[in-house]
Amino acid sequence: MTAIATTGADNRRKPRMRWLSLSSGARYSLPVLVLLAVGFVAPLIAVIAFSFAEPRSFAVFGAPTLENYRTIFDPANTVYLSFLWSLFFAALAVVILALLCYPVAYGLAHIFGRWANLITLLLVFPLFISENIRLFGWVLFFIKNGVLDGTMKTLFGLEVQSLLFTPPIIVFGMVYVYLPFMLFPMVLGLSMVPRDVVEAAGDLGASRLQIFREVELPLAMPGFIIGGLLTFVLSVGAVAESKVLGGQSVIVITHDIEIAFTYAQNWPLGAALSVLLMVVIGALVLLVLRYLDLDRILGRR
Amino acid sequence: MAGPGKSRAKGWIGAWTLAIIVFLYLPVVCGVLASLSQSRYFAFPIARWSTRWWERTLDSIEIGILIQTSIVIALMVTAVSVVLAFMGALAFARYNWRGRKLFQRIVLLPIFFPQAVLGLALLLWFNTLGLPLSWHTAVFAHLVWIVPIVTLIISIQVYSFDPALEEAALDLGATRWQVLREVTLPVLWPGIFSGALFAFLLSWGNFPLSLYTTGADSTVPEYLYAKMVAGYTPGVPTLGAMTTGGAALIMIVGYVSWILMRRAQGAKS
Repeated sequence: MTAIATTGADNRRKPRMRWLSLSSGARYSLPVLVLLAVGFVAPLIAVIAFSFAEPRSFAVFGAPTLENYRTIFDPANTVYLSFLWSLFFAALAVVILALLCYPVAYGLAHIFGRWANLITLLLVFPLFISENIRLFGWVLFFIKNGVLDGTMKTLFGLEVQSLLFTPPIIVFGMVYVYLPFMLFPMVLGLSMVPRDVVEAAGDLGASRLQIFREVELPLAMPGFIIGGLLTFVLSVGAVAESKVLGGQSVIVITHDIEIAFTYAQNWPLGAALSVLLMVVIGALVLLVLRYLDLDRILGRR
Repeated sequence: MAGPGKSRAKGWIGAWTLAIIVFLYLPVVCGVLASLSQSRYFAFPIARWSTRWWERTLDSIEIGILIQTSIVIALMVTAVSVVLAFMGALAFARYNWRGRKLFQRIVLLPIFFPQAVLGLALLLWFNTLGLPLSWHTAVFAHLVWIVPIVTLIISIQVYSFDPALEEAALDLGATRWQVLREVTLPVLWPGIFSGALFAFLLSWGNFPLSLYTTGADSTVPEYLYAKMVAGYTPGVPTLGAMTTGGAALIMIVGYVSWILMRRAQGAKS
C-alpha cells in the first residue's frame, strides 16, 4: 500500500498522516466511494438479481430464471415499441436542444460579459422547481380554455387545436425540462476555445461558418458531447413528460418499468426492463466518458 | 470581423437568449395565474381574481407538515452532501493520485442515470435489506444523486486553488487541521457555499427519487403530483407557486451573500 502513497504527486513530501497508508487523494475519495457503493452499485446489483427472480415474486433468493427476459423478447410483446419511442424522442430532443442552446451558450461564453452571471442565474433557477410543477404549468398553458387558447380566442377569435396529450408535446416537455443540462456543458465547451485562435482564423480570411466548423466545433466538442449525452440519457429515462403532458398517448420505457413495479406488481419484470435500459445507457455513457478529459473541461489549466 | 455585422449578431443572440428565458418561465407564470383565479376550474382570461386559495393553502395543517418534511430532508441532504462532496472534490481535483481518472468517472455515473430508474432500484434495494421506507431513506436516495453534483461544483473551485498555499502554511509550521481551517476552507468557501445552495434546492424540488423512497411520508412535489393526477384544485398551482417563491427567495439571498463573500475575499488578497 505504501507504493500508492509514494506514486502520487505528493511524493515530494512524505505523507504526514500515517494512520492509513493511502495517498491523500485516495483517502479523501473514500466517503464518496462508500456512498456510491452502498447507494448506487448495490441497488443496481439488486435490480440485476431481481431480474432473474420468479415473475411476480418479491424474494430474490430463489432459483434464477430467464422467464422475465423471455417475456420481454417474446415477439408478441410490444414493449420494444416503448424502447423505440424513448430512444426516438430522446434523439429528437437532443438535436432540438443543440440548436436552441448554441446561441445562448455562445452568448454566455463570449458576449454577455458581466451580465453572464445574472443570466446564468436566471437559466439555472428553473432547475430548483420540481419538474412536475413546471410541466403542469404547460398543461395550464396548452389546455382548452388555458392561457394559449384563451389568448387566441379573445385577441383573434381563433380556436386552436390543443397540442396536449399528443406525442410531439412529449418531446416539447423533454426539451423544456432538460434545456439547462445541454446549455451549461455547451458553455463550458465554448469557454475552452481561446479567443485569439478564433480571431486569428478571422484575420486569415476564414468565414464565420468556416470558423465554426474548423475551429470552434472541434475545440468545444467535449462540452457539446457531455451536453448531448446528458440530455439523451435523461430523456431516455424521462417519465413525467409523457405522463403529465403526453396524457399516456405514448407509453415510454420508463413508464413501462413503473407500471411493472406499481400496478402490475411484477417487480422481476420491471427489474429486467430496467436492466435492458441500464445496458443501453451504461454502454453509451462508458464509451463516451472514456474519451473525455474532465480536468480540461472543468478548468484545470 | 468588427463592424455592424458583429453588433447585429450580438443583438440576435441577446434576443434569442431572452426568448429562451421567457420560454423557461412561461409555465411558472401560468401556474401563478391559475393560483390567483377564484373559480375552481382554470379558464383564461381570468374572470375573477382572488387570493383565497393562497389563504387556504397557508392555513392547511396537512401542507404545513409536507413543507416541514421537505425542509428537513433538504437540510439533512445539504449538511451531509457538503461534507462528503468537499472531500470528494479534493480527491477529484486537488490531489494527483493514481485512481483519480477512474474516480472522476465513477462520480459522474449517478448524474448520467435516469432518476426514476435510480429511485426504483433504491426501492428494491431497501426492500431487500428489509429497511422500512420513510423520509430517512429519502435522504439517502437524494444523497446518491446530489453528492456527485455538489462534488463537481466544489471541484470547479478547487481547480482554481493553488496547492502552494497549503504547502507554504505547512512549511511555516501549521498543523494539518490549522491548514484546513485557516487556508483551504476560506479559499474554497464560495464553491462550498454554492454547492450547499444547489444541494438544498435540488433536494427541495426533487420528485422522482422521493416518489419511491419516502414510504408513508410525503414531500411537496409528491403531494402535488398526486393532486395533478387526481383531484385538481387551484390549490395545486398555489402550492407550486409558493414552493417556487420559497426557492427563489433562498437563491436570491444566497446569491447576494455569495457576491458579498467574493468581494470580501477580493478585498483581503
